[in-house]
Amino acid sequence: MLQIKNLQAGIEDKPILKGINLTVNAGEVHAIMGPNGSGKSTLASVLAGRDGFDVTGGEALYNDNDLLDLAPEERAREGVFLAFQYPVEIPGVNSAYFLRSAVNAILKHRGEEELDAMNFLKAVKVKMKELGLGEDFLKRPVNAGFSGGEKKRNEILQMTMLDPRLAILDETDSGLDIDALRIVADGVNRLRSDDNAQVVITHYQRLLDYIVPDFVHVLHDGCIIKSGDKSLALELEEKGYDWLTKEAA
Amino acid sequence: MSQLATTNPAVEPVEAFTKLEQNGAALMPLRKAGLARFSDSGYPTLRDEDWRFTNVKPIAELPFRPTIDPLGQALGQEQLGNVTFGQLSADRLVFIDGHFNAALSQIGDQSSGVTVTHLTSGLAGLERELGSLSIGDDNPFVALNDAFFTDGAVIQIADGQRLAKPVHLLFVTTASEDGEAAHIRNWIVAGANTQGTIIESHLSLGQAATVTNVVTESRIGDGANIEHIKFQDQSNRAFHLASLHSELGRDAQYTFHSIALGARLSRNNLRMRLAQPGIECILNGLYMLRGQQLADHHMVVEHAAPHCDSHEYFNGILDDQSRGVFHGRILVQPGAQKTDAKQTNKNLLLSDDATANTKPQLEIYADDVKCTHGATIGEMDDDAIFYLRARGLDTPTARRMLLHGFAGEIVERIRHDAVREELNALVLGRLEAVHKLD
Ligand SMILES: Nc1ncnc2c1ncn2[C@@H]1O[C@H](COP(=O)(O)OP(=O)(O)OP(=O)(O)O)[C@@H](O)[C@H]1O
Ligand SMILES: [Mg+2]
Repeated sequence: MLQIKNLQAGIEDKPILKGINLTVNAGEVHAIMGPNGSGKSTLASVLAGRDGFDVTGGEALYNDNDLLDLAPEERAREGVFLAFQYPVEIPGVNSAYFLRSAVNAILKHRGEEELDAMNFLKAVKVKMKELGLGEDFLKRPVNAGFSGGEKKRNEILQMTMLDPRLAILDETDSGLDIDALRIVADGVNRLRSDDNAQVVITHYQRLLDYIVPDFVHVLHDGCIIKSGDKSLALELEEKGYDWLTKEAA
Repeated sequence: MSQLATTNPAVEPVEAFTKLEQNGAALMPLRKAGLARFSDSGYPTLRDEDWRFTNVKPIAELPFRPTIDPLGQALGQEQLGNVTFGQLSADRLVFIDGHFNAALSQIGDQSSGVTVTHLTSGLAGLERELGSLSIGDDNPFVALNDAFFTDGAVIQIADGQRLAKPVHLLFVTTASEDGEAAHIRNWIVAGANTQGTIIESHLSLGQAATVTNVVTESRIGDGANIEHIKFQDQSNRAFHLASLHSELGRDAQYTFHSIALGARLSRNNLRMRLAQPGIECILNGLYMLRGQQLADHHMVVEHAAPHCDSHEYFNGILDDQSRGVFHGRILVQPGAQKTDAKQTNKNLLLSDDATANTKPQLEIYADDVKCTHGATIGEMDDDAIFYLRARGLDTPTARRMLLHGFAGEIVERIRHDAVREELNALVLGRLEAVHKLD
């Protein structure tokens, strides 16, 4: 599904990603861990198409097509979803209106019938209930004044409504209390299937108790310095990153 | 007097005065005092602190042509049916170039304690009241209005009564000669525990450089709950000057919305006096400008009693070479403890040549108060655009959504459903039609 080959990217002449190699197949969950500033969010941003990052080398193929050549909205319509580490507050834009527009943009692209207000509401209310979001949520402006946990739950709500093929979750667990963490993880797990994949960026092993990864990668200074199975996360929890970064140096 | 002594075909003030005197001698003291004040001050200039960013020289240079008599433009109901709020179920007072038009107006059944009429209908005792709320204001346009106003709305709601329907004041200019000026005077008294919605809209038919100079005095009684929506959508050659002088009673709730979309230059002076405890006063405004337009909101909110809340929310969308001006003075008098005053002014610049001038001014003479203000001037939020694009929306859609949301923050505060919905659709349509979204 996703093949990243020797990907190098930076911002204003500052290299951040220094040759990432990563293959994600359908049906897999990958966890990316690594110290602050190692480039995890940058990788997510480059994959989602945020302006301001220069790709200086390598490539990223998504279903065998050049992902980096697509506009952000085209990537989204093709099934790439980024749950933001810092969801943006958009005052004045009603959540229901926003979400229905997004869902319909994607349905339209897939050649499926768009949802009218009624059917959208029906669908979204089911998902909101699963995520423990109150009904007034839809009437509020997107993320405006939301608590940290509400913002993260909103990312998951959007993800479940948009039904992506490739979901990249950037620290969706940060700032969640333990109950919310479980709710969010359940949301991700419900989405899992043989034809989609998830890349979960996290600092904490505890999320991986709920979303069990097939692979764990450690990103350090713009490179993946170690990959392993779920036991690697446990090892990191115990020993930190030092032993790895020394090894890499 | 030199300011007024312009060349023909403008009229002389004396000539204008003679006619006005025939309309009612009782108002002459107010008019004469106004004329004297204006003769002293002349038009404001950029050197006046209150007019630093708003240059009214183009108005001063126009020929002086107050529309003392109706211009005789024949207007039919069908022309008014299509205007904004034209279909709204309301009592409608229509003024053409500052003159009441009975044929176009419809005043339905209001309860017996409610008077909805126009100034020159001969309402007894009003001449002693007019000017009582605007008197302290040294704004030269108020002085001009005192001298030359021709007519305007009178709304009086007796204690405990409510307006059965909104009252819609529709002011239309038809003038075809530059400088033709409608001086309009409104008088609103809402008694204790009254309720109602008042809509004031200002439109132009024709493209001349006309002047609308409207002064509204309003006295909102104890426990009254009044929503006042002012909609200004005049031609882009028109000059629009407005001032509102309000005195609010104990526990009154007063919400004033100013939607400024039109005019070459518009200025709204809002003067709110919170004279009794427990008042909640909301001033809520949106300006959307392009070309050479300028919109100026200049307000003084005076907290003269404790336990009052005032909130000002003004958003501006500025395109091309337009300019938005916001001046918000909050004056908390000694003893006005527990004041809660909030002020925000947000400006979105869609062009490098657009300008916003924003000036909060807090003057606080009490110690137990909460006053906050915030102002922003910026371009559209790239992070927000990316967020929307990352959800599958293309850039024009994302920009439209953000602009609509930005305007919607203001429009959403309108409580009257039909007005809010109509304005919401209108604003969205304007954004699509006028402002480049790609
Ligand atoms: N817009 C930017 N301008 C300049 N430097 C940036 C920018 N965005 C990221 N960086 C830098 O790139 C490096 C990687 O940042 P990134 O956000 O990808 O790290 P991260 O691994 O996600 O960290 P964290 O765990 O704290 O979220 C950091 O040194 C950061 O300062
Ligand atoms: Mg990060």
